[in-house]
Amino acid sequence: MKLSGADIVCESLIREGVDVIFGILGGTILPLYDKLPGYPQLRHILVRHEQCAAHSADGYARATGKVGVCFATSGPGATNLVTGIANAYLDSAPMVAITGQVARPLIGKDAFQEVDITGITLPITKHNYLVLEASSIARTIKEAFYLARTGRPGPVLIDIPRDVFMEEAEFHYPAKLSLTGYKPVLEGHPTQIKKAVKLINEAQRPLIIAGRGIIISGASAELRHLAETSQVPVVTTLLGIGSFPESHILSFGMIGMHGTAYANMAVDNADLIIAIGMRFDDRATAKVSGFAPAGRIIHIDIDPAEIGKNVRVDVPIVGDARVILKEINKLLVPVQHLQWVRQLDEWRKEHPSTAVRYSEGLLPQFVVRKIYEVTKGDATIVTGVGQNQMWAAQHFWYDHPTSFISSGGLGTMGFGLPAAIGVKVGCPEKTVWCVDGDGSFQMTLHELATVAQENVGVKIAILNNGFLGMVRQWQELFYEKRYVATRLSGPDFVKIAEAYGIPGVRVKYKEEVAPAIERAMAEPGPFLIDFVVEPEENVYPMVPPGASLAEVMEAPVTEAKPLSDSAKLPVSNI
Amino acid sequence: MASKHTLVAVVENRPGVLNRMASLFRRRGFNIESIAVGHSEIPGQSRVTLVVDGNTTIVEQVRKQLDKVIDVIKVTDLTDSEMVDRELALIKVKASSTTRNEIMQIVNIFRANIIDVGFDSVTVEVTGDEDKIDSLCNLLRGFGIKELARTGRIALARGGAGPAAGEKGTSKSAGQSH
Repeated sequence: MKLSGADIVCESLIREGVDVIFGILGGTILPLYDKLPGYPQLRHILVRHEQCAAHSADGYARATGKVGVCFATSGPGATNLVTGIANAYLDSAPMVAITGQVARPLIGKDAFQEVDITGITLPITKHNYLVLEASSIARTIKEAFYLARTGRPGPVLIDIPRDVFMEEAEFHYPAKLSLTGYKPVLEGHPTQIKKAVKLINEAQRPLIIAGRGIIISGASAELRHLAETSQVPVVTTLLGIGSFPESHILSFGMIGMHGTAYANMAVDNADLIIAIGMRFDDRATAKVSGFAPAGRIIHIDIDPAEIGKNVRVDVPIVGDARVILKEINKLLVPVQHLQWVRQLDEWRKEHPSTAVRYSEGLLPQFVVRKIYEVTKGDATIVTGVGQNQMWAAQHFWYDHPTSFISSGGLGTMGFGLPAAIGVKVGCPEKTVWCVDGDGSFQMTLHELATVAQENVGVKIAILNNGFLGMVRQWQELFYEKRYVATRLSGPDFVKIAEAYGIPGVRVKYKEEVAPAIERAMAEPGPFLIDFVVEPEENVYPMVPPGASLAEVMEAPVTEAKPLSDSAKLPVSNI
Repeated sequence: MASKHTLVAVVENRPGVLNRMASLFRRRGFNIESIAVGHSEIPGQSRVTLVVDGNTTIVEQVRKQLDKVIDVIKVTDLTDSEMVDRELALIKVKASSTTRNEIMQIVNIFRANIIDVGFDSVTVEVTGDEDKIDSLCNLLRGFGIKELARTGRIALARGGAGPAAGEKGTSKSAGQSH
């Protein structure tokens, strides 16, 4: 059967199980868009900026576990995708981006809207392709989806010239792939697994650091089995949040620059670190030479290049977290580490890092806590980047994988709203809250138009402090309060929402918080709340840049008048 | 401890594969001394020989990162194995009627060849390991080297077993550290 290149793209996407595409069209990709009405299975969501097409596809991918798909035209359309692709690359989110390119005879001539997007995205894609004939489209798409979702997932870009969309070719979707240079290792080496088990069985103060790899491989049940059998406390990275239930008695929160004091103290004192699906990012390890000084390290990761990249490792195991944990679990001897767990509990009592201090004014932490209470924790929280992100990570308890979605590696302000759109489109049954800052939100607030046009029922909570808050915090703490270029005179967000046809309210006082959240929840469609919070509230605990995890700065004593509700910390029975 | 390592990569002969490798070295700050590329024994695949200066940890990172490039089929560090390696150089040396004989004698000692003779220069072709080429260059420098082109090292494992036979760390499926 002969089909046009554009039809081959659509047929191939359907065979890969694609149901949603985020994108914006333009001249070179128009021949592809022209065919979309013939494929009603492919829902296209028109965004307002290509960066957000990539972020939405990213959010969709993280929430569903499927490959997110975005389209853009050549030139500026393609370059606008770049931030979103880099974001997906650093956080290992599976994505396929398809860009239009100028027609073949024009390539290399600096034609209108021509840009070398495969060259530009070379270091931020797992792989990319420039397709030069319609007959190779099907094979390329098959490869791209396979690469994007297997091994360590990541974004793959396919650049297709305009005339290739219009060229006809025989269509048959290949059943098999031949990628001689790509064979991800899934099963851990048996010798290494035995070594790891021996260390786990013998450790006195073991600690699991769970990363996003647990969520990607679906290894939460296996992780829990390991933690419970060997009574190993669990801490997570930022992107590992949700991989282990935070209400579990063995959960001690997040490590890193804004991790809990007790999680960081646990890393500092552990005699064995079991790091799973994480890559020792500098925000997680702080000063790397001071990381886990007393601990031997088992590192389980699917990417061999992550082994030994940032920290020395005693027992590396390359493979899929779930496959490896299943093998480890078979060999475990049930043990207790009562003294160690009790010690961590004591540190948690002495350093209540997630307690919300008392304040007359409206605190951002209080808002996050109320969202947790009203939703009873049954929500997916998608964040922007900055203080809002850290408060959302600290003051909500995440019991399910994929319930916390955030830009970790790249730290992309503006990720929140478009990613939340992707999450809600992918999981319409879920309650999705976008918790954002006023600075971060303004980077992509045009996506309110997408929210309105597609009636995406996301709830938006802006923690509005009138500052680029995280930078302001650094200026306060490390630049003698010289607030250069961090003050924002924000717009009236409620009026902005209204202009897009989205209902919203402003909240200034504590007692209005819960009713506003309840009202948002009652609304069937989208809703925006502009929480006007204390402008100079800081995120604590904080490990200053360049310091090690042990040198954690906690909230100043004058502020540390914890609400009694630190005791309300949910602890489930196991 | 820093030392020179010889890595051999077998890669798909596709547009952009060299770009992908070069981009990776630049972005991760790896120091590449030389890189030589040409067809391999398998149609559609090229063999790339790289000389990398760095300690074992850095070279291991280079190897693993290269291995992640989809078009790279396998990467082998030949440094600690038995290998043969050669480099080729073309050296254009100033030569007058009075110095030409002396140059020819040196060239003979090195079992090199003169492949072009000009009015005031000769061009010497030499193959060998780096040391040999360095020594010849040093001797000829006295006469004045007008132009110099070196290919960079190419290398193969000694004996019957090439990297394809699956020695340590030779293929993607053996990406495990033991």
